[in-house]
Amino acid sequence: MAKRIEVSGLNVYYGDFKAVEDVSMTVEPRSVTAFIGPSGCGKSTFLRTLNRMHEVIPGARVEGKVMLDQQDLYATGIDPVAVRRVVGMVFQRPNPFPTMSIFDNVASGLKLNGVKDRKKLTEVVESSLKGANLWNEVKDRLDKPGAGLSGGQQQRLCIARAIAVEPEVILMDEPCSALDPISTLAIEDLIEKLKDRFTVVIVTHNMQQAARVSDQTAFFNLAATGKPGRLIEMAPTKQIFSNPAEKATEDYITGRFG
Amino acid sequence: MSSPDGTAPPDRPDGTAAEEAEPKIEDLVHEDAGPTPQFGGLAAEHADHDAAQQPAEVMTESGVEAAGTTTATETGGKLELGPVGHLGDRLFGGLARGSGGLVVLIVAFVGIFLLALAIPALIDDKSNFLFSRIWEPGGDQPRFGIAALFYTTVISSIIAMLIAVPIAIGVALFVTYYAPKRLAAPVAHAVDLLAAVPSIIYGLWGILFFAPILRPVINGLSTALGWIPLFEKPPGDNVGVVFTASVVLAIMILPVVTAISREIFAQTPITHREGALALGATRWEMIRLSVLPYGRSGVVSASMLGLGRALGETVAVLIILSVPNGNDPWNSSIFAGGETFASKIANNAAEFDSPEKTGAYIAAGLVLFVVTFLVNSAARIIVDRSTPGTKRPRRNRRAGAAEGASA
Amino acid sequence: MTAIAENKPAYDGKVLDLTGKSGARAFKNTLATVLIVLAFAVAMIPLVWILFTVVSKGYHLLLSADWWSQSQRGITVRRAGGGAYHAIMGTLIMALITAVIAVPIAILGAIYLVEYGKGTRAAKVVSFMIDILTGVPSIVAALFVYAVWITVFGFNRVGFAVSLSLVLLMLPVVLRSTEEMLKLVPDELREASYALGVPKWKTILKVVVPTAFGGIITGVMLGLARVMGETAPLLILVGYSKNINLNPFSGFQGALPTMINQDRTELALPNAADRVWAAALTLILLVLALNLLARLIARFSAIKSK
Repeated sequence: MAKRIEVSGLNVYYGDFKAVEDVSMTVEPRSVTAFIGPSGCGKSTFLRTLNRMHEVIPGARVEGKVMLDQQDLYATGIDPVAVRRVVGMVFQRPNPFPTMSIFDNVASGLKLNGVKDRKKLTEVVESSLKGANLWNEVKDRLDKPGAGLSGGQQQRLCIARAIAVEPEVILMDEPCSALDPISTLAIEDLIEKLKDRFTVVIVTHNMQQAARVSDQTAFFNLAATGKPGRLIEMAPTKQIFSNPAEKATEDYITGRFG
Repeated sequence: MSSPDGTAPPDRPDGTAAEEAEPKIEDLVHEDAGPTPQFGGLAAEHADHDAAQQPAEVMTESGVEAAGTTTATETGGKLELGPVGHLGDRLFGGLARGSGGLVVLIVAFVGIFLLALAIPALIDDKSNFLFSRIWEPGGDQPRFGIAALFYTTVISSIIAMLIAVPIAIGVALFVTYYAPKRLAAPVAHAVDLLAAVPSIIYGLWGILFFAPILRPVINGLSTALGWIPLFEKPPGDNVGVVFTASVVLAIMILPVVTAISREIFAQTPITHREGALALGATRWEMIRLSVLPYGRSGVVSASMLGLGRALGETVAVLIILSVPNGNDPWNSSIFAGGETFASKIANNAAEFDSPEKTGAYIAAGLVLFVVTFLVNSAARIIVDRSTPGTKRPRRNRRAGAAEGASA
Repeated sequence: MTAIAENKPAYDGKVLDLTGKSGARAFKNTLATVLIVLAFAVAMIPLVWILFTVVSKGYHLLLSADWWSQSQRGITVRRAGGGAYHAIMGTLIMALITAVIAVPIAILGAIYLVEYGKGTRAAKVVSFMIDILTGVPSIVAALFVYAVWITVFGFNRVGFAVSLSLVLLMLPVVLRSTEEMLKLVPDELREASYALGVPKWKTILKVVVPTAFGGIITGVMLGLARVMGETAPLLILVGYSKNINLNPFSGFQGALPTMINQDRTELALPNAADRVWAAALTLILLVLALNLLARLIARFSAIKSK
């Protein structure tokens, strides 16, 4: 498990509007890569192109290549559904399926893929919930609705749901922005643990968070409002936060931005 | 009252200073609120004194002017803090309350009146009103019961619902998640257009053009399933059968059910849909995992509303259904003719010559009223219990409370 | 790009299948798509069919000026000629009277529910009664008016009685749509007005209602459209007259639905059939015009419902 992502010359358009321009980068497997940058700089948009979730928005399209190891995710014959099966995603707001129990939420991905064996499902649900540091809190009420959990627990439930299908990569789009500090800490601990098994990419507005959890950091910025977002600099996190190569990066992380 | 540029509106009604300022104050409010509101009333007011001016211009003018006036009043002397506009409030509030009360009165009046006229007829009824199939309300020995009417009304409406709901769900999903964006709105409007066709036209079209097409279907079904009484092939070659009426009713309720389902499907939060897609769900799996569970209660209540419509539909059914000959034995098959509450009443309007006879029909109308009311209430209760977005489903709320308590 | 791939070989050597052609799931997805598109097609058939039937059979009478200016006076079933003026006027007059009675009550009632009664027990009772009224079938409304107007008071069957029963049908439609529109007016607007010292009633009349005006008018139009196509009350409460009668308080009065009903049993006769379909087309056009008007107003109104 865990694959390397190589992106080259990627442009993202919403209709005629170019939202992201010419991004090339390599995301290393079994590591955490953080995307930082001001609002609207295209980091979330770019993240969504890594599992073709941007196609949910009508009119969105990309140019360029995204390679998952040796496979181009945008080659003809590639099914976005299959891509999302191997590149999982966790969203800004926790989104457990409201009508399903905790158990069914975690098992939903497997059930989609035709796993019916109750024993196998039980095993995977348990290991996924353990993997998401949620098992001890919910093991006595697996049949209760997922929507009844607290926000932080719901987000960990969503992570459990994502890892239950054993993806290669997990994308996280500001997973802590709707959570309180204690829940955020729990998620950050979890991210640390996830990178032993998965390639993790996280978009965050919180620079301390990027510094705490990530190995690599990529800084995105826009030249001006209305211009597309660009990748300014990508380097090991330590280096970005101590000795960035670009002036814009330094301004942003020291809060002198804008 | 004068303003710096001398453009004071000439026909402001006179009043206290406070009242004078009032109409203009809204202009300021509107300015704050941005460009959205349309000022029906205000535009008219301005048109009175300032025709051919652009409303925006007028508004700014009177806005400035209002500010000027207010300042003048304040610096001019002591403040007026007495009651303002209380008479108006009392009058207007009274009118509004009165209208609310009127609605209650009207409904109560309808109910009491129908009951009052139905009861004497019911007392005179020599057969069992609820279980008899005979309908002979006239004469010294009136005998009438609603069993046959009830059966035909309910069975035709239920079949209509069974046909319409799956199609409506399909159309709603098509509009919300399948049709290309450019096609979605025209398709939605086209289905809404079905609702604009008056029911008498459905009836005509149904009996003249649609019934002949349905005849082979009816023949086939009654041959295959004729051993079940419901699908029995009745003697004669009836075109105006219950089944035909049901299919036409299905077309008639399709727009209502589609419109409500569409609304509710479109409201499925994008987070739920993305959650499913990010797991690698296909489009259909996304719908099954997120859209359908979210919209379930909405679809159920939409179906109930459609059922309510079908129950009360009069003219289309009246035109399509052939009234069975009085001497024929009663037939429970949906491939036979029949009469519903509504078609019976409309068919026999000429018989309302004596209060007793009228009372019998009113009693039947009352039963129809009660049945539609129960169906509509069921729809409303379902909506209230789980309006998506505003409240969580009950069990979730309880679980949430438990979670909160334990935390 | 291939250069990159060659430089850094696959991390774990495993090659994924991303073509996504997993049989059963793909099949179900395709099946669902086919069924959903099919449902749409099935729904379109009657619409196209009905409209085609009515337009193709009815349009030619509508092209003559007589249709819009003459009545059917003295025209027997077999004969051609005459127009639908009497029926169009009858329909419009009855609809107008209905609107004049129903709309003020509906708007004021909605104002009561949203602005005055909010959350009180009395408002709940009113709301419940409106629910009951919403479910009243047109035939029951007609029966009620028959019971009051004719059985009890002994008046004659006239157009005004039809209007009274249509009020019962239109009132809840307009009231509910007005209520929804008033609810959409943001409280900030009301508060801004109160904060300027404007009394409540003026706030409602000058701020709340104008803001929701477009939506209210849309509701009125849709209510009217619904009421115009109603046939049942006409059958019971007024006789059909081929003559022009502009007085809704006396005598029989023609209306488009009853004009259709009049000749529908004689469709074997070509002239009668022509009249029926032309009247049907006229009625659809009237209802459609109101619907389109409502849509236009909604589009340009201040508050969007969604």
